[in-house]
Amino acid sequence: MRYLPLTDADRKAMLSAIGVPSIDALFKDVPKAARIEGLLDLPRLQGELEVERALGAMAAKNVAAGSVPSFLGAGVYRHHVPAAVDHLIQRGEFLTSYTPYQPEVSQGTLQTLFEFQTQVALIMGMEVANASLYDGATACAEAVMMANRVTHRKKAILSGNLHPHYRDTTATYGRFVGYETVLADPDPAGKENLVSRIDGETSCVVVQNPGFFGELRDHTALGEACHKAGALLIVIVTEPVSLGAVKPPGAMGADIVAGEGQALGMGLVFGGPHLGLFATRDRFVRQVPGRLCGETVDADGRRGYVLTLSAREQHIRREKATSNICTNSNLCALAFSIHLALLGEAGFTRLAAVNHGKAVQLAERLAAVPGVSVVNDGFFNEFTLRLPKPAAPVVEALAQRRILGGVPVSRLHPGRAELASLLLVAASETNTEADMSAFASALTEVLR
Amino acid sequence: MSDWSKAVSGFKSEGKEGPTMSGSRGLQEEEPLLFEQDAPGRTGVDLPEPPAVKSRLGGMARQGAIGLPGLSEPQVVRHYMRVSQKNYAIDTGIYPLGSCTMKHNPRLNEKVARLPGFADIHPLQPVSTVQGALELMDEIARWIKMLTGMPAVALSPGAGAHGELCGMMCIWAALDHRGEHRKRVLVPESAHGTNPATAAACGYAVDPIKADAAGRVDLADLKAKLGPDVAAFMLTNPSTCGLFERDVREIADMVHAAGAYFYCDGANFNAIMGRVNCAELGIDVMHLNLHKTFSTPHGGGGPGSGPVVLAESLAPYAPVPWVVHDAGGFRLVERKDGEAKMALGRIKGNHGQMGMFVRALSYMMSHGADGLRQVAEDAVLNANYLLASLKDELTPAFPGTCMHEVLFDDRFLEGTGVTTLDFAKAMTDEGYHPMTMYFPLIVHGALLMEPTETESKDSLDRFISVVKGLARRAKAGETDFFHAAPRLTPRRRLDETLAARKPVLRWRPKPGERQAAE
Repeated sequence: MRYLPLTDADRKAMLSAIGVPSIDALFKDVPKAARIEGLLDLPRLQGELEVERALGAMAAKNVAAGSVPSFLGAGVYRHHVPAAVDHLIQRGEFLTSYTPYQPEVSQGTLQTLFEFQTQVALIMGMEVANASLYDGATACAEAVMMANRVTHRKKAILSGNLHPHYRDTTATYGRFVGYETVLADPDPAGKENLVSRIDGETSCVVVQNPGFFGELRDHTALGEACHKAGALLIVIVTEPVSLGAVKPPGAMGADIVAGEGQALGMGLVFGGPHLGLFATRDRFVRQVPGRLCGETVDADGRRGYVLTLSAREQHIRREKATSNICTNSNLCALAFSIHLALLGEAGFTRLAAVNHGKAVQLAERLAAVPGVSVVNDGFFNEFTLRLPKPAAPVVEALAQRRILGGVPVSRLHPGRAELASLLLVAASETNTEADMSAFASALTEVLR
Repeated sequence: MSDWSKAVSGFKSEGKEGPTMSGSRGLQEEEPLLFEQDAPGRTGVDLPEPPAVKSRLGGMARQGAIGLPGLSEPQVVRHYMRVSQKNYAIDTGIYPLGSCTMKHNPRLNEKVARLPGFADIHPLQPVSTVQGALELMDEIARWIKMLTGMPAVALSPGAGAHGELCGMMCIWAALDHRGEHRKRVLVPESAHGTNPATAAACGYAVDPIKADAAGRVDLADLKAKLGPDVAAFMLTNPSTCGLFERDVREIADMVHAAGAYFYCDGANFNAIMGRVNCAELGIDVMHLNLHKTFSTPHGGGGPGSGPVVLAESLAPYAPVPWVVHDAGGFRLVERKDGEAKMALGRIKGNHGQMGMFVRALSYMMSHGADGLRQVAEDAVLNANYLLASLKDELTPAFPGTCMHEVLFDDRFLEGTGVTTLDFAKAMTDEGYHPMTMYFPLIVHGALLMEPTETESKDSLDRFISVVKGLARRAKAGETDFFHAAPRLTPRRRLDETLAARKPVLRWRPKPGERQAAE
């Protein structure tokens, strides 16, 4: 076996050094009934070529988004990832190291985490960010639990325009962890008023910007109402590229920002692994879930970095920890950070401008298709169309014409007749003129 | 622009204290932060002019600068190359962190995970366009069920601790369905910190179970603490002491007799894969760490993936999504509804860590049934070889052989003035990543070593001779040598107290430099 360096001669010599007659002697504590004698009914060892061929055949059964005009978003966005990103994250020193618990020999990971935390705080307009969480949906649930700890309250109000996966995940956690979630109805027009629902029990209000339906809203007044009632404002960002063009949550008075970093550096990967982003205000830092990297000095007075404030974490606090989280999404955080480092201020703001421009062009084209209208007033790179018929079969028909033409809202909000004809459509720098024309004419045909 | 020499080293620019003017040492290059290499307007990505359109941002345009630094591609590549070289990695040497399973990460896995048919598919594409992805999920589920002997698996948890949460939620939901609201979860003192943290997250009071003199679960203590208000017993097997709980079946029976569920932390499944049927151990639920047992890269701390295997009694509560294979092909059940009406709901966005599934399946298929069994055997053999080779110089915590990891305590350092921490730091000077230290908590000054099956005998022999040599230096009274260690690493001991007392968690421009809009 190509990954196993021990030879049979080694094994024999080692058994003799240990002083046991056979390998079975080292498994003597396993109860007889649970021992597997012989081999399981699974395929045997295979070479690289055979494995690559078999997995390649499975991969070939999927339609890669890049092989067709693709306009899917709904929390996962397709952007061009510069070649250097994937090259650098495959450096063995990054790829195959463990959590940096030995800082003297982990400064690479730690310095990049410190830079990542800074980048996240800057784009969100917040003071401090953590070293990442699993994904946006779990980061949302963690944000609510942190708000509960800060306010000593147990009721979260979730916007109707929060991504349904985030709503569901946060509600599931609530059922088991023990907090209440108030779910506002989906509101494609973006006019919901959550201020009236805040009361003395409310720990936080969770909104998303841009919203699930693509709409943009300034939540400053909502934040003020939260603060007046002793609650926190949590703003979710599922498309970080928007922050190159749109007013950031920090400028709206957000207390916690959580979100998904996938759009920068990662690609689609069928939804995971992705990257949970988490930022807040300095005064709440000791309530933050997950890992934090901080600056310090070494014995020679040289600047260096360590994981810090670990008195919040499970490996120190056990059942008293702020979260049970151990792993972050470190390599994804690195990819995000390298992509953003390559873009820089100029590239990031231009990328956002290109995305917005493409989306405006696409919205204009699609709104010209008979029977189709754009639901949102303002948007960034994603918007909602109202079709003259249910959206799900339209998307299937488009797929048959080899166009991935958006996400039917009914896939994520099933059983709501009023949403059945809504289609979420995203555009990015990856979409060409030809893609947009193909989409518009296919949609015209399908709706005819 | 910033003052490089200060930024990189903290040395005075005259370089009086340092051996070099640059702060670098030979091939060890000092590297400032990205933010200290900024030139406004510079970029490493060329993009077209934005389309000339009328803005639809409403009044929501961003005001003012963000504060991101501008670097070109050569600067960015050099930056990350330089900082990468300050990391220890399994690619550079043995990484004997006990219970963390730092094994070789095959590059084939990275290659297949990047096939566009896996890496470039959207989770919400029509299922007719992702049949191969669902087939892959179904296939890795088949391997996991066969390897563990368990009938069902939930794939979506994002990491081991998330898998624990999922498993405890399944138990909570099953008890709730029975109309029972039990209050306590029993956890051995030797458990990983995530076990009690997870139980507490689900609202349970955590009751610790003692270890006996041999490092195993104290059955009398377990019996005394079991009762009608106990929801579950969480056991890591093989344990964090590197021991197989030989009374596991009896433990399972006791737990079940109390009406509670038996949770197994499968972090150490790599030691028993292909040799032990977990269903026969009486386990109701167990998470696996694909990044430990099945070689997906740790990436400096994630992403992980933590599938959870379930007994028939808990399977209906598995979180959505479910992959179902029927006459029409593969489909996804995405809602807690219909056939999944008992499901505990959704615990994560999308469908799980697909990129990790591809890598882990590639690993499983490469080894096959025969190779995976050999993995467990070689992992156990390597650990016992370390034990046999070091037992006269170090002090094993418990008598007898071990499983895939070996636990020493710090009796061999008694009276030397050298602590386990000092010993570990001296190992880093020798070019080795230390073992897990001070864990499990039931052993004084613990040193927990897990070599894994991907170390050669030569590699182990070199490691053994260094550890023995250091133990002799400690016993010979070279205390100062250990207290000063490490000397040769990219940084010497870091002031963690300072970091926690005055947290500096991000870079900020110095007064007078370009300010970000906050």
